[in-house]
Amino acid sequence: MAVRPVPQDAAASNAARPLSVAFIGNPNTGKSTVFNALSGLTSRIGNFPGVTVEKKVGRVKWEGRAIDLIDLPGTYSLAPRSLDEMVSVDVLLGRRDDVRRPDLVVCIADASNLERNLYLVSQVLDMGLPAILVLNMWDLAEQCGVRVDVAGLSQRLGIPVLTTEAHRRQGLDAVRHAIVTAAQNHSVNSRPRLFPEAFYGECERLTALLERDEDGQPVPLYLRERLLLDVGGYVEKQFARRAAELGPYLAEARQRLAEAGCKVPAIEARIRYQWARGLLDGVATHAERRADSSSDKLDRLLTHRIAGLAIFGLIMFLMFQALYTWAGPFMGWIEALQELLAGGVEAVLPPGALRSLVVDGVIAGVGGVLLFLPQILLLFLFIAVLEDCGYMARAAFLMDKLMTRVGLSGKSFVPLMSSFACAVPGVMATRVIENPRDRMVTILVAPLMSCSARLPVYVLLIGAFIPPVTYAGGWVSLHGLVLFAVSSLGVLVAVPVAWLLKSTLFRGETPPFVMELPSYKWPSLLVVAHRVYDRGRAFVTRAGTLIFATSVVVWAAGYFPGDHSELDRVQAQLESLEPGDERSSALVPLRNELSGRLIADSFLGRLGRTIEPVVRPLGWDWKLGVGVVASFPAREVVIATLGTIYSLGGDVSEQDESLMGAMQAATWPDGRKVYNVPVALSVMVFFALCAQCGATLMVIKRETNSWRWPVFTFCYMTALAYLGALLTYQVGSRWLL
Amino acid sequence: MAERKATVNAKIEPMQTLDRLAEGQVARIVAIHGDDPLAMRLMEMGLLDDERVRMLGFAPLGDPLEIEIRGYRLSLRIREAQRVEVEPLPSDPAA
Repeated sequence: MAVRPVPQDAAASNAARPLSVAFIGNPNTGKSTVFNALSGLTSRIGNFPGVTVEKKVGRVKWEGRAIDLIDLPGTYSLAPRSLDEMVSVDVLLGRRDDVRRPDLVVCIADASNLERNLYLVSQVLDMGLPAILVLNMWDLAEQCGVRVDVAGLSQRLGIPVLTTEAHRRQGLDAVRHAIVTAAQNHSVNSRPRLFPEAFYGECERLTALLERDEDGQPVPLYLRERLLLDVGGYVEKQFARRAAELGPYLAEARQRLAEAGCKVPAIEARIRYQWARGLLDGVATHAERRADSSSDKLDRLLTHRIAGLAIFGLIMFLMFQALYTWAGPFMGWIEALQELLAGGVEAVLPPGALRSLVVDGVIAGVGGVLLFLPQILLLFLFIAVLEDCGYMARAAFLMDKLMTRVGLSGKSFVPLMSSFACAVPGVMATRVIENPRDRMVTILVAPLMSCSARLPVYVLLIGAFIPPVTYAGGWVSLHGLVLFAVSSLGVLVAVPVAWLLKSTLFRGETPPFVMELPSYKWPSLLVVAHRVYDRGRAFVTRAGTLIFATSVVVWAAGYFPGDHSELDRVQAQLESLEPGDERSSALVPLRNELSGRLIADSFLGRLGRTIEPVVRPLGWDWKLGVGVVASFPAREVVIATLGTIYSLGGDVSEQDESLMGAMQAATWPDGRKVYNVPVALSVMVFFALCAQCGATLMVIKRETNSWRWPVFTFCYMTALAYLGALLTYQVGSRWLL
Repeated sequence: MAERKATVNAKIEPMQTLDRLAEGQVARIVAIHGDDPLAMRLMEMGLLDDERVRMLGFAPLGDPLEIEIRGYRLSLRIREAQRVEVEPLPSDPAA
């Protein structure tokens, strides 16, 4: 029993089959840095099917052997309490169809904090898998005065032990060599039998009850141990579905163990920590505790009552400023490039369906994907720097109290904050939240934050319909007040929505906020660059394709089924004229009128008119309905659509006087004005609350690994937007007029 | 005077918990109460009987708090720290 049989396939392996190597370690040990440094740019990010756990794999070839590397999520313990946590255990035990049983497990540990890191190592050894231990951040540990006798530790553990400084690419060649050697060796370590014999006796008795799992495989010893140790754990839930008698049996078994002086669950932590301490005794020295170390001083400043909050506010302001304004020029360049390309196509292709598809569908679609990149890259640049230097955990520490008011934790603050600039990177940033319920609620309310794409809509409507009144001697303008109010609306609504979601769909025990506060260190350029690259690539390849497809579909809905031949003729005629030809002054209004009529007759336009009865209670006419329907894939499109509908052409801006004029002059058939203050307010409320962003919905799909949640987000936000706009118009038209 | 203080203390504080330590105070863990996931998490992170902890302070908004245990820093909420029964030790001569 001490040595587990080596699985058949591993024993019979030949040189042709790639070796499989899994990486596991505590959070904040630089595990991903080691993984990235070893796998280079070959790694791919995906999801494990059915769960939200990120799956990062890479294929390398070292010393002539092909090796599949898989990076498992950072964890302190392999005692699964949820489906997500079960994934790592199943991968290590070879119980998943999509990942082969590892030939070797690489345990990454923080060299300056070995005792706690060895807890996880002891669980890996209990699985009976070949393993090696990598002590990362060796240089930092030495700086803190930690001394480890590596050879002695290796001898006591019975597995190879290596040291690395992955952020400086030190020690990696030795790790590669050790991996190749150990993975081909298949020498299974004898399991350290740490627990009392009574415990192993109960594990053995459990075999009679649970001989085989759902797939007819023998139940591994490690899972039987978990059944006994984890009261209400995930393994118990999984097996209890098939064997109803399991629950009462386990309760009795635990009772017997308690009587034998082996009380679960406390026994596991006590035994493993005892083992770790005994193992390190004589081969490793503790970090010298100096209360005045620079990390301690920095921590006191950054968590200080006043200075800490002020510095946090400053960092958040800087980040926000970067997303909001620094990304602007880059986005401008992407748009300019897009126009350049469109111009090139227009010079080659004659006006017609093909040109329209290429320019308004394909090029606009690609541009629509790339347009998000500057903000995504900037946000992840900030997050990667803050995370790598150890500040991210402090940000959660500082903001936790505030976020608990809505049932979330401090870890939700930064993703929600970044959603004020754009929900796409904001949703992607929720990966820092380990608790699945908290993460889902954060994802679902993130699109309510007032993003930068809502601004043009507000600017247009406020400029056109809100009187330019100022108060307090010109210091406060009504324009500014209304802009502030509509921009704050989303976050005000998000509070009850988050609370409601937490107390209905995502109800459950409050997840513990037991969080390590890692030591401060200088961020590594390599780590930061790799992370930013990873996120950017993940967005383009995984969400980008869906966003692009949406763009083409919307183009088709706005183009068909109208007959474009007359428009194409006028356009061709316009393009054949020399610049400055006076005939163009007659042709331009004709073209604009034609395209206005075509969009009104398109599928999109018909939809807008069909829903007119629905939007009438909001004070809107069908033109506004078409504009709003067209802006569901991307809210900023409403400006161009309104421009086209009011026969001004599609290239109007939110500060365009002619568009404002056309809207101010628009009337109902009976001569009443369409727009007034309540209508403008109702449109703005609608845009503040509605999920008019295909990109966000596609990113939610990718991040939650399910279509259910983007559909849910779309439905609840549209319903909120409609009700909000209805209330605004109905109340406004009674009280304001 | 000393006697009176002791009886008052015994009345108000039948059990000293981690969240009641003052900044910089060192204590020995007496017990972790409960056997639910929270208690298990605390134990997995190394909070076990007889282990020494040092209170490093509270967050600016009053919750959570920061401690040092087994040579690393850990943050937990007051509600969670109330599960950890401690016995204050005389202040560390090294500090």
